[in-house]
Amino acid sequence: MNHEPLLLATPSGDELKLRPEGPWTAANVMTLETLSRSVGGDVDRSRVVTLDMSGISALDTLGAWVLEKLSRRAASSGRSAEFVGVADHFSGLMDEVRQVNRHTPAPAPAPNPVLARLGDLGKSTVGSREDITIFLQMLGALFMAVIGVLRRPRSLRLTSLVYQLYRIGWQAIPIVALITFLIGAIIAQQGFFHFRRFGAESYTVDMVGILVLRELGVLIVAIMVAGRSGSAYTAELGSMKMREEIDALSTMGLDPVDVLILPRVAALVIALPILTFIGSIAALYGGGLVAQFYGDMGPAIYIARLHEAISVTHFEVGILKAPFMALVIGIVACSEGLRVKGSAESLGRQTTTSVVKSIFLVIVLDGLFAVFFASIGM
Amino acid sequence: MDGPQDEFAIRVRDLVVGFGRQTVLDHLSLDVRRGEILGLVGASGGGKSVLMRTIIGLIPRRGGTIEVMGQSAGGDGRGAAMAWGILFQQGALFSSLTVRQNVQFPLRENLVLSQELMDEIAIAKLEMVGLRAEDADKYPAELSGGMTKRVALARALALDPPILFLDEPTSGLDPIAAGDFDVLIKTLQRTLELTVFMVTHDLASLTTVCDRVAALADGKIVAIGPMRELLQSEHPWVRAYFHGKRSQMLQHEMR
Repeated sequence: MNHEPLLLATPSGDELKLRPEGPWTAANVMTLETLSRSVGGDVDRSRVVTLDMSGISALDTLGAWVLEKLSRRAASSGRSAEFVGVADHFSGLMDEVRQVNRHTPAPAPAPNPVLARLGDLGKSTVGSREDITIFLQMLGALFMAVIGVLRRPRSLRLTSLVYQLYRIGWQAIPIVALITFLIGAIIAQQGFFHFRRFGAESYTVDMVGILVLRELGVLIVAIMVAGRSGSAYTAELGSMKMREEIDALSTMGLDPVDVLILPRVAALVIALPILTFIGSIAALYGGGLVAQFYGDMGPAIYIARLHEAISVTHFEVGILKAPFMALVIGIVACSEGLRVKGSAESLGRQTTTSVVKSIFLVIVLDGLFAVFFASIGM
Repeated sequence: MDGPQDEFAIRVRDLVVGFGRQTVLDHLSLDVRRGEILGLVGASGGGKSVLMRTIIGLIPRRGGTIEVMGQSAGGDGRGAAMAWGILFQQGALFSSLTVRQNVQFPLRENLVLSQELMDEIAIAKLEMVGLRAEDADKYPAELSGGMTKRVALARALALDPPILFLDEPTSGLDPIAAGDFDVLIKTLQRTLELTVFMVTHDLASLTTVCDRVAALADGKIVAIGPMRELLQSEHPWVRAYFHGKRSQMLQHEMR
């Protein structure tokens, strides 16, 4: 069994005798392909081809197919080919291989690449309308669920709500505080570095205070929550969808929106303002540390300057945005989760879509709020 | 490769497997002859799948030896990809690949061959398991249960392994599809001269396709032999399994 496979070709006039020898198995596939290619020309020139199979020591589907392919090539255009000396224990396999690959399905016509691009563009345009519809449907379903809870407060899934709060609120505090602390410190450092040139160092505190409370605190926290908790929601709901758990819930007469989605979105709406508050304080603290060690401004002065620079309005502007951002993140994460189909790949795709879409919407929403607050003079 | 090893495809001796304090397989010994279809029955959670997974190398063993085709199987299953094909219970098809790519995957990873030949082999395998060339570009999510099993079987057979492991091949199929699948396994086993190790609860499969049936109870093989012999077995668990209410109909057919 150790020898290499061989293919002996004996041409005599119009006839060609091929005698494969040795193990014609998948393990020797490289040799087999070379052998069959090397006799290709001889096969095409001969009118009658005989394949003498008596020298074969081992045969599997791959080897049998390579030989069958040779014989089909020989038998094309009115010439003839036959197998002789097929051992009994190979005959079943040879018969089987003779049946396969007889019919080739018509290949799908290759689409025009320009038209295909245009088609994709059109599809995604129509798809975005569907996205908006799904978003509004989910918003409506949540609204109905909230009304249901207001009517019968006992129907609120308190355990689930508390558990989600623990997961996305309490457990997120360390990472949120750390990152906002660093952001606050970096902004303060940049402020001191650049404002120092024209002696406006003390305005750094104004910049840090306003920027963090109005914009950055809530934005950074919302983006982190979208990446951390939004993706978790999508993956959870998606895998529940894949394993038909959500269908099981519906058949028991329970609304998945009440049981799964409302507690999750409500937990986000409660947790995000709290996390924003913690994040903003951490950022201001980071700015204060930099002021002391880099900007030579003691804590007392920093706090005094901060007191002058910011008002409750700035704080309100930031914190008011948080629940709306949470709502957007929650709705996108949950509806993307429910759109997962059977495969693992689809789960990954929807999770990515969920995070990308919710971060995009959070930033768009922030822009809209900026216009709104500016017009009402806050 | 002469002598007694040649007669057996798989030899398991004194196998001990456990998790934590629990011992699942307790000094189990089992021989699978070359070219036979062996059915393995046992209680749910009784260690059937554990035995199969231990032979394949997915579960580490605490003691004993396993020989596959005369070669001692190591702790991990690597290097053995060409020795066996495995049909998992849910098919375990790679969901991001098409049917064709799923069948080509073992070929691509283990052999060096042209794309053209690989395509032809993949279609050949698909046709051998009773699918059409048109199905080759579908994704696993688009397949029915029976088709999934067939594709998984084509993938398991991609490298023409001498041994085929089947984990509950007919579970989740309707009786007609299950019967077809049984016939398919029997045909392929004859054509490709496979040794088949099959974990199953399907009494019809046991009767129609299995050459021998092994019964696993209390971590040991308590009875092994052709179906007729097992029906005569005195072991209480084997009696309960084959002479329970659900087996009665089958009993009548056998007589």
